[in-house]
Amino acid sequence: MIVTRRWIVRLLWILGALVLGFVIYAWRSPIAPVDPPAVESFEAATIQRGAQLASLGDCATCHTAPGGETFAGGREVVTPFGTIYSTNITPDSSSGIGHWSQAAFQRAMREGVNREGDHLYPAFPYDHFTLVNDTDSAALYAFIMTRQPVHGRTPDNHLPFPLNMRFIIAGWKLLFLHKGPYEPDSNHDAEWNRGAYLANGIGHCGACHTPRNSLGAEIGAQHFGGGEAEGWHAYAINADSMALEAWKAEDLHMFLSKGWHDRHGDAHGPMATVTQNFSSVPDADVKAIASYVATEIGNQPREKTSPAGAATNDTGAAIYAASCANCHDGTRPLPFGGVRLMLSTAVTGKSATNLINVVLEGLHPPEGSVGAIMPGFSSTLTDGQLESLVAYIRSNLGSQPPWTGVESSVREARSRARD
Amino acid sequence: MIELRVNGRSHNVSADPDTPLLYVLRDELQLNAAKFGCGLGQCGSCTVLVDGAPTLSCVTPIMLLEGRQITTVEGLGTPEDPGPIQRAFIEEQSAQCGYCIPGMMMRAQALLQRNPRATETEIRAYLEPNLCRCGTHMRILRAVKRAASMMTGPDATPSTHTPSAASTEIDTSEVDSDSQRDRRHSEKRERPER
Repeated sequence: MIVTRRWIVRLLWILGALVLGFVIYAWRSPIAPVDPPAVESFEAATIQRGAQLASLGDCATCHTAPGGETFAGGREVVTPFGTIYSTNITPDSSSGIGHWSQAAFQRAMREGVNREGDHLYPAFPYDHFTLVNDTDSAALYAFIMTRQPVHGRTPDNHLPFPLNMRFIIAGWKLLFLHKGPYEPDSNHDAEWNRGAYLANGIGHCGACHTPRNSLGAEIGAQHFGGGEAEGWHAYAINADSMALEAWKAEDLHMFLSKGWHDRHGDAHGPMATVTQNFSSVPDADVKAIASYVATEIGNQPREKTSPAGAATNDTGAAIYAASCANCHDGTRPLPFGGVRLMLSTAVTGKSATNLINVVLEGLHPPEGSVGAIMPGFSSTLTDGQLESLVAYIRSNLGSQPPWTGVESSVREARSRARD
Repeated sequence: MIELRVNGRSHNVSADPDTPLLYVLRDELQLNAAKFGCGLGQCGSCTVLVDGAPTLSCVTPIMLLEGRQITTVEGLGTPEDPGPIQRAFIEEQSAQCGYCIPGMMMRAQALLQRNPRATETEIRAYLEPNLCRCGTHMRILRAVKRAASMMTGPDATPSTHTPSAASTEIDTSEVDSDSQRDRRHSEKRERPER
């Protein structure tokens, strides 16, 4: 009995030592606060480049609450682990990052640690931002620190124990954070390398377009293999792309800068904001990203299964003819007309989610920008009618085998729309 | 034959099931408030309510509408006794050419029915799908805010003109009480001079 107790005590000591060791490993020192830097301390050109990089990085999208001040944070980011609220990254000295030196900013970008030394949750994609080079990091810092300070605390995260203890994230980083800088690939030209640097670094495309494992980390072996984003499916943009027509670099270039392409359709869901941001960055950057991503997708022809065998679906066909065909089979070119649905990855892709979302919500250009408009049909279509329509479009226009689980996808989309 | 319930009345409609609701409203039922604008669901001038939700009648075939409650501007009140939205649009003189106004009114009605305390930001966001080419947006916004205050004012009673899914025949004369009429008249008098 005494022997057993002794062993238990020993085991507890070992465990305690391990925990202590991990806490020491996870510890990061605070970086001394600085006075908020004066606007004059930055070159105008540096600030401008920072603005472009912030657009490429879509920073404002997550760091702005709906209807809130830009960069003042507070946007809810729902993850499988709990809800995280984005932080205020305006240079406000108490609630923002006004006291952050450039070193503190760079450490946050590359290592996911805030000025105070706390680990940041990887909802902030530092696993990508770690690739951002010194010049670009300095430009981003210059841009952010010259924004209007906004005073406003953001809500507390809702994370269960033990994830609410930030030092745990050090373990996640040990497993999944591969620090930069970006290593150029000598098999490709400078433009391609620039695109890869931007797409995998500040652009963090993989944060949505790469599937994640059970610990929320991107699965490197399935880079760009398709993932999830805010109730939308982020399409595969590697060899698994389901677009009927292969994406050429110039197609992608147009799609990313305009938000639509006549043989591929319109950016929808969270991608609409991305393409809106891309419309304000230098063309060379978008072209470089397009060049890189087009290579990732490759140029192999897609398999088009035979339309034969598509079940008769009178309800779906009738709804399509009455409500959809006017635009989608009409002669008006994009973005004012609708894309031929056989060309849309929303129809040929792996998941019914995006097609359902678009039918229910329609397409609306991001506020203050031009873009495709499609009315939503959430108020008129019953779930059953929507399922028939989706099945018809998938089989008869997309020439693809039926999706499974459409019923539950419709239910999920409806409940999201109600929120 | 498809049975449509419009503004509380039942109609047996002989049009093909794939006919857009807008055509049936205008051509068969002589309800001419909703307008044909783009015919593609992009401008909002054909907006009506289906079970309280704003719906673009030009892209909505009637086969989807059996058993649903459809409301048009005609269902919000009468020329003699306009509903809050209608009175507010008249009092603010929101119409220039007027083509977009029925759609604007119906979308505003949908918002205020759900949230009569909508903020200006919410009103702007909600009305965004509806286009106005004359540029009377500021007057439209004022009208929606005026309608909202009529609906939420200190002595506001549940609107007689709020169509609900449960409503049957809307007969405004029957339910409109004298006290409400008095209230409206006093509100008109209190209207600030512009």
